[in-house]
Amino acid sequence: MKIVTAVIKPHKWEDVRAALEGVGITGMTVSEVSGYGRQKGHTEVYRGAEYDIALVPKVRLEIVLDDADVEGVMDAIVGSAATGRIGDGKVWVSPVESVVRVRTGDRDQSAV
Amino acid sequence: MTTLTSHLGPVSQLLPHQIPTQVVAKIDTGDTAWLLAASALVLLMAPGLALFYGGMVRSKSVLNMMMMTFGALAAITIVWVLVGYSVAFGDDVGWGLVGDPLQHFGLQTLVAESADSWLTVPIILFAMFQGLFCVITGALVSGAIADRARFGAWIVFVSAWTVLVYAPIAHWVFDFDRDGHTGGWLANRVGTIDFAGGMAVEICSGASALALALVVGTRVGFGNDAMRPHNLTLVMLGAGLLLFGWYGFNAGSALGANHTAAVVFVTTTCAAAAGSIGWLLMERFRDGHATTLGAASGLVAGLVAITPSGGSVTPLGALVMGLAAGVICGLAVGLKYRWRYDDSLDVVGVHLVGGLVGTIGIGLIGSASAPTGVAGLLYGGGVDQLGKQLLGAGVVLVYAFVLSGVIAWLVHRFMGFRIDEEHEVTGIDLVIHAETAYDLHSTAGSRSGGGGLQAPKATAGPFGQQASQD
Repeated sequence: MKIVTAVIKPHKWEDVRAALEGVGITGMTVSEVSGYGRQKGHTEVYRGAEYDIALVPKVRLEIVLDDADVEGVMDAIVGSAATGRIGDGKVWVSPVESVVRVRTGDRDQSAV
Repeated sequence: MTTLTSHLGPVSQLLPHQIPTQVVAKIDTGDTAWLLAASALVLLMAPGLALFYGGMVRSKSVLNMMMMTFGALAAITIVWVLVGYSVAFGDDVGWGLVGDPLQHFGLQTLVAESADSWLTVPIILFAMFQGLFCVITGALVSGAIADRARFGAWIVFVSAWTVLVYAPIAHWVFDFDRDGHTGGWLANRVGTIDFAGGMAVEICSGASALALALVVGTRVGFGNDAMRPHNLTLVMLGAGLLLFGWYGFNAGSALGANHTAAVVFVTTTCAAAAGSIGWLLMERFRDGHATTLGAASGLVAGLVAITPSGGSVTPLGALVMGLAAGVICGLAVGLKYRWRYDDSLDVVGVHLVGGLVGTIGIGLIGSASAPTGVAGLLYGGGVDQLGKQLLGAGVVLVYAFVLSGVIAWLVHRFMGFRIDEEHEVTGIDLVIHAETAYDLHSTAGSRSGGGGLQAPKATAGPFGQQASQD
């Protein structure tokens, strides 16, 4: 089992969700997060005082899935989240040791 | 405030609504109705200011910011009724400096209908109208010490300030002579014009704010951290309520439903509009953006400038006054970073500077055709009125700055004006008031007591038991 984590631009989230549904993904955890990479932050001005706001709002997706589904999901996310401009985000995959479904107590493969 | 008209000689002949001083004025229901409404409008400026200021601070201190206004509303009202009104409008005790502080103690002398004499409105209504001016002036000062002042110290400061700073200045500029009554020196001996409080409200609040900010010191992280407004929609709503309330403040200062009130209503609107445009143009050229906060701030700057001058300029003059205030105040708010005083919400830049623009502006663009009937320098009136305005503005500025500084220093010395640095960083709302403004997380915790009762056990209602058995 693996967990795929993706940090994307907030306005691409609907496209990504639709693409993931297309490859059979039925659930995920979504968080509103903030951070920065090469995009850096932005400047805001209040009564002439300029502030450098370092953090940019992003959306983070987390999906636990079978090893076999990883490539298709990665392609779906990257294909739908890309705008070609700086700040599009990142996708990464990590191993998962064990999973339990809270309602039934199912474990691992049957819980994914 | 505008009883000025009947006491400045020839001006009174120009104004048919004015009653000669030697005759006991008859209560006019129209005037009284308007002043009742105007007083309520002035009161509305307090919650308006709470929103205006509250939106401008960070989310961790919005409640304290609003509480400083609501606290001032409560404390000043009490002090005003007890002695403040007497200090401002009691019979002068010498040299036009202060009124007899116990003459109208508790407004007791004004309750009987026979007390109504020298205005076409009940004197007790006039007393409360004036008290609400003091409320908004005191509340304005709190903008200089956002995020970091102990609430108790603020209440003590603003209570003492009411008696020692605001009331004497109000006596100087608002209390006119009449038969059997001697008023303040600036209004009667000098002839300074302050229609609705350019000196008593704006310069006074701004100079007091500067002194207070210097005594209390800068916020942790001032000049480095991003102290951006947490909610500009609150600021816009507050600015709107201030504008609405300002009609009571300015047009109400005519003390009657009359032509002067109508002229001032128009000049007030003109200055607010021009102030907003002035600030926006300035920052569009300087910073590249016309901002929401700039629109709200310029609106207020224009209103500040027209406060003393509303009865002295034409609508075109009001547009010039507002435009000048918008640009000059917009430039002035940056000075705090250069000179390192933390006037957090720009009371100095907007109210002191805007008050100076309006007060001195009367001496420049005052029009003989306006209700106060005095021509400024640019309208061929010479430098006479300009000199009077400069003197009044300067004296009020210095007095408010020095006295407020002394009161603030004493409070700081004996009570402590600052909260701990650690508490300031954590957030003053939580530490001082044990509250937070926004519940952004549903996992808040559980009740631990208080309120004089044990926390009741949750009950399931009459059908709860059965439902759980199904």
